[in-house]
Amino acid sequence: MTARTLYDKLWDSHVIREEADGTALLYIDRHLVHEVTSPQAFEGLRLAGRKPWRMQSVVATADHNTPTKDWNRGIQDPISRTQVETLDGNIREHGAKAYFPFLDRRQGIVHVIGPEQGATLPGMTVVCGDSHTSTHGAFAALAIGIGTSEVEHVLATQCLLTTKLKSMLIRVDGRLPPGVTAKDLVLSIIGRIGTAGGSGHAVEFAGEAVRALSMEARMTMCNMAIEAGARSGMIAADERTFDYIKGRAFAPTGEMWDRALAQWRGLRSDDNAKFDTTHVFAAADIRPQVTWGTSPEMVVSIEDRVPDPDRERDSARRDGMERALSYMGLRPNTPMTHIHIDKVFIGSCTNSRIEDLRQAAAVARGHHVAKNVKLALVVPGSGLVKAQAEAEGLDKIFRDAGFEWREPGCSMCLAMNDDRLEPGERCASTSNRNFEGRQGAGGRTHLVSPAMAAGAAIAGHFVDVRRLA
Amino acid sequence: MNPFRVHTGLVVPLDRANVDTDSIIPKQFLKSIKRSGFGVNLFDAWRYLDHGEPGMDNARRPRNPDFVLNDSRYEGASILLARRNFGCGSSREHAAWALADFGFHAFIAPSFGDIFFTNCYKNGLLPIVLSESEVDRLFADTQAFAGFKLTIDLERQVVSTPDGSLVFAFDIEPFRKHCLLNGLDEIGLTLQHAQAIRAFENKRLAEQPWI
Repeated sequence: MTARTLYDKLWDSHVIREEADGTALLYIDRHLVHEVTSPQAFEGLRLAGRKPWRMQSVVATADHNTPTKDWNRGIQDPISRTQVETLDGNIREHGAKAYFPFLDRRQGIVHVIGPEQGATLPGMTVVCGDSHTSTHGAFAALAIGIGTSEVEHVLATQCLLTTKLKSMLIRVDGRLPPGVTAKDLVLSIIGRIGTAGGSGHAVEFAGEAVRALSMEARMTMCNMAIEAGARSGMIAADERTFDYIKGRAFAPTGEMWDRALAQWRGLRSDDNAKFDTTHVFAAADIRPQVTWGTSPEMVVSIEDRVPDPDRERDSARRDGMERALSYMGLRPNTPMTHIHIDKVFIGSCTNSRIEDLRQAAAVARGHHVAKNVKLALVVPGSGLVKAQAEAEGLDKIFRDAGFEWREPGCSMCLAMNDDRLEPGERCASTSNRNFEGRQGAGGRTHLVSPAMAAGAAIAGHFVDVRRLA
Repeated sequence: MNPFRVHTGLVVPLDRANVDTDSIIPKQFLKSIKRSGFGVNLFDAWRYLDHGEPGMDNARRPRNPDFVLNDSRYEGASILLARRNFGCGSSREHAAWALADFGFHAFIAPSFGDIFFTNCYKNGLLPIVLSESEVDRLFADTQAFAGFKLTIDLERQVVSTPDGSLVFAFDIEPFRKHCLLNGLDEIGLTLQHAQAIRAFENKRLAEQPWI
């Protein structure tokens, strides 16, 4: 039998039928649902007189629009409230495997709670009306971000109509140096291959450095696959994957666990599997990263300076750099460590899990947020992450250091709720997108790791966390 | 869904790479539970000089005279000419809804964000990939000639100027072409295979009951 990639295996095990042109019906095991991209899908079903196919595949939560403070006051914004209540109503009407509504202690960012609950399992196809669905690929799952029409299609048919992507291997050899995280690694990969580098591909991250990552760090990697243009990112299953899953709410138990494990062990690319594209990175070369522009590919290391468009030969790229620098209010050749910030955001589906909070707290401990920093927010990814952090005393470390400790949700990653940047404000953010206006109209976002965000909060400007005692 | 067969329309050039769906329709407008009404807020932060929020009277808002969609020569444009990686980022289908609601039928770029590309087809919109050099040529012509129009013939898979002086061929997956030409409801098509889906599901759930 020909050697297959992990993607081949996941694809083959879910194809129901395939047309001559390659368009396939792919069976979907897990459908994650949130309030922003689902109302029109449920409405579409209603208008067509259709019923959902298998609501037992659905795990739902409200995360994008929910406030991160004053939960006792409910959702003040009436439009946001309507959207969240619409999800409540749709789940009430149709049911679900699990629903974690606003105020539930297990509520949180959909891409944090799926794995946390054991609802994301190896070998699954996972979809969600959200581009960061790629996160779940960390569990050797085929995870695909979809639009609302596709949400409706999956609700109605349990299938996604799609074509097979090309395969890309991103292999990272060696070990990451101390103080360098999965976030730095994935940002530097995007910096090299570009935000369209993975377009049309399913990306597998592999190599010694990836094997050495914790499950949470692997989720950070796969989460950002979409920022490299890849709809799906994935990592082979190993003992670390199984250890993470065992004992979680929806994980199989007893004899079922043994059966599952026997199937999951094969979820890796065969040794001789062929990829359409391969990129190789040396982990030892990776340094802490900071974005300087308005696209995640506009990134340099903390040791570098803001790039100079005059040195760019390609005129289209130069125009893009000039526009980005103008929006970001930055001058070429400024050392990254000289850039002062106004706000800090530690959270999002990229970096809001317990290990992220531990790394940030380790930097913040015993220090205080700098005077020029108006607001430093810590937003845990879920109610359970928040509870765990509080049990470890991390909330106290953050509060003592002048950070605000908030309720879980997407928060200032996309600023649909009240957490946002004002025009011109500059933010060190652990989120995933530095697009114009992403964190608030006119806001300026620099993407960094949790430790780098905490370091910037304390210093008031970007610092190299490797140099902090 | 309306079928897409032949479309002739005015072309508006949006000369920047990596236009993300956050820019196409900013987050504050995603709170709606409808599919319609997004056109007035298309490219909101670039199109207007003030900060937009849902419920504003957009007719009274100050427009940015430097933004290409506000240029009177492109009024009524239905084909958007863009640079590489158009529609990258967020999966929000609201971006496709906003572009359709504004009056666009087709997009031409060297490449598109994958999710946006799919979302277009679900809404009767045609995203066309042409080479960098072909796109460069179209940018030059759009800027050089006021009232520059293109005709898109989906059946023949060509983009051409009405006088036929420029003709560019494009690729499209046959199934997508078929659905677009006929305005087909994909859910209805898929449900024709309901038995096969059920059989697959029964087998899968028997083998992997933890799903």
